[in-house]
Amino acid sequence: MLGLDTVGRYVELMKRTFSKPDNWKMFWRQLPKEMEKLGIDSIGIIVLISIFMGAIMTMQTVLNTENPLLPRYSTGLVLRDTMLLEFASSIMSLLLAGKVGSNIASEIGSMRITEQIDALEIMGVNSANYLILPKVIGLVLCMPLLVTFSVFCGLIGGTGVAYFTDLIPVADFIYGIQYAFIPYYFTYSIIKSLFFGFIIASISAFYGYYAYGGALNVGRASTNAVVNSSIVILLMNIVLTQLLLV
Amino acid sequence: MIEVKHLNKSFDGKQVLYDISATFRHGAVNQIIGKSGSGKTVLMKSIIGLFKAESGEVLYDGRNLLDMSKREIKLLRREVGMLFQGSALFDSMSVIENVMYPLQMFSDMSKIDVEKRAKFCLERVNLQTHAYHLMPGEISGGMQKRVAIARAISLNPKYLFCDEPNSGLDPVTSLVIDKLIEDITQEFNITTIINTHDMNSIMETGANIILINKGHKGWEGSKEGIFTDDNQALNDFVFASELYKKVKLANQK
Repeated sequence: MLGLDTVGRYVELMKRTFSKPDNWKMFWRQLPKEMEKLGIDSIGIIVLISIFMGAIMTMQTVLNTENPLLPRYSTGLVLRDTMLLEFASSIMSLLLAGKVGSNIASEIGSMRITEQIDALEIMGVNSANYLILPKVIGLVLCMPLLVTFSVFCGLIGGTGVAYFTDLIPVADFIYGIQYAFIPYYFTYSIIKSLFFGFIIASISAFYGYYAYGGALNVGRASTNAVVNSSIVILLMNIVLTQLLLV
Repeated sequence: MIEVKHLNKSFDGKQVLYDISATFRHGAVNQIIGKSGSGKTVLMKSIIGLFKAESGEVLYDGRNLLDMSKREIKLLRREVGMLFQGSALFDSMSVIENVMYPLQMFSDMSKIDVEKRAKFCLERVNLQTHAYHLMPGEISGGMQKRVAIARAISLNPKYLFCDEPNSGLDPVTSLVIDKLIEDITQEFNITTIINTHDMNSIMETGANIILINKGHKGWEGSKEGIFTDDNQALNDFVFASELYKKVKLANQK
């Protein structure tokens, strides 16, 4: 029953969030700020993690698939498809659930416990719409950019390993990256990231919006936001893979 | 004028307000007083509509809040200003942006006029100009209250609600804030309701006072009657302090 109650409150909040903004001008002013805070400011960590992820995956693939029957270019191919199909969208979304999700939940949660949300409501502002909608749309719009960066940086990481070590010739690795490329995999990755962006922003906002009490509960809301959005991302990953790939 | 008639409110089956009826006068500072946990904040939030009362009426110049649609409540809220206990300033905005926010949201004023109006409101609450572009976290508690008052009056409200406006302030600043609220109430002809348990504030500005005791209306009167009335709930509240006991004895002599 508790789960159903939570789902009900989440749906109710989303209904209020996706209503017409009280003032479009304020919405358009808020949207780029949220895109910068949630998306652009995450590029650094995405780049860093993707480069290392690509590098390590390349090393692991070379070391664990030493077989004369496997062509040497397969390492580049494996890295490219793994980054495209799973790592750039799903793993990066789990990472963003931690970084962006906790940020959203604690920001809105702090506003709740310091009565800033009540102040908005008293003014006649639809607080859910004003606070949550720009975050959801902002993150959803930034996700394709972040996924593209992640794929690109993962491949750079892998190329770096090929270039600076003698594990695999650079030419073979580059050939593997280009070999049998299926453009739909990129579309699939982008579609998944849009869903995951919505999940991260909306679930985190939900936990922040219904925070109560003091700082301890804001921390708890933040933890719940990260844990629950991660679980929903994992479940949604299976559903989307079944729908889009199988 | 705001009238409350037979208002009842409960949470999870536990009744918090019992059959409260009161009249809050136009152009005067009305106070809801009572001990902590007596139900005064619940009463104020029920009057504003942040809590939905189970039964009764909350009449804003004859318009019953409990019969209003969501849209009507939204429109009514634009006639309401509120000063929160912790000021509730938006901490992502500067002082002047906080005051400009309601104007940008709900008025058709140009950018220049919005800024002019915000500066007028900030000047009216005597805030020094150097603070206009500071963030709320960079100014004192007293200044935060002034900014919150400026924000509350920016849209020319008909009704002003103040939830414990003196909490966390020293006695001198408290008096300044009380005087400011009283002056603004008279100057802009607003119906002001203050929720407080600060005796200095009650004696300073209480033109119309309602005492809430364990969720019931315990007493109604003005500051002149505070020391002379024999109401038990009122005496328990007022003369909990030795100082006021002495004042009463001195008055009796």
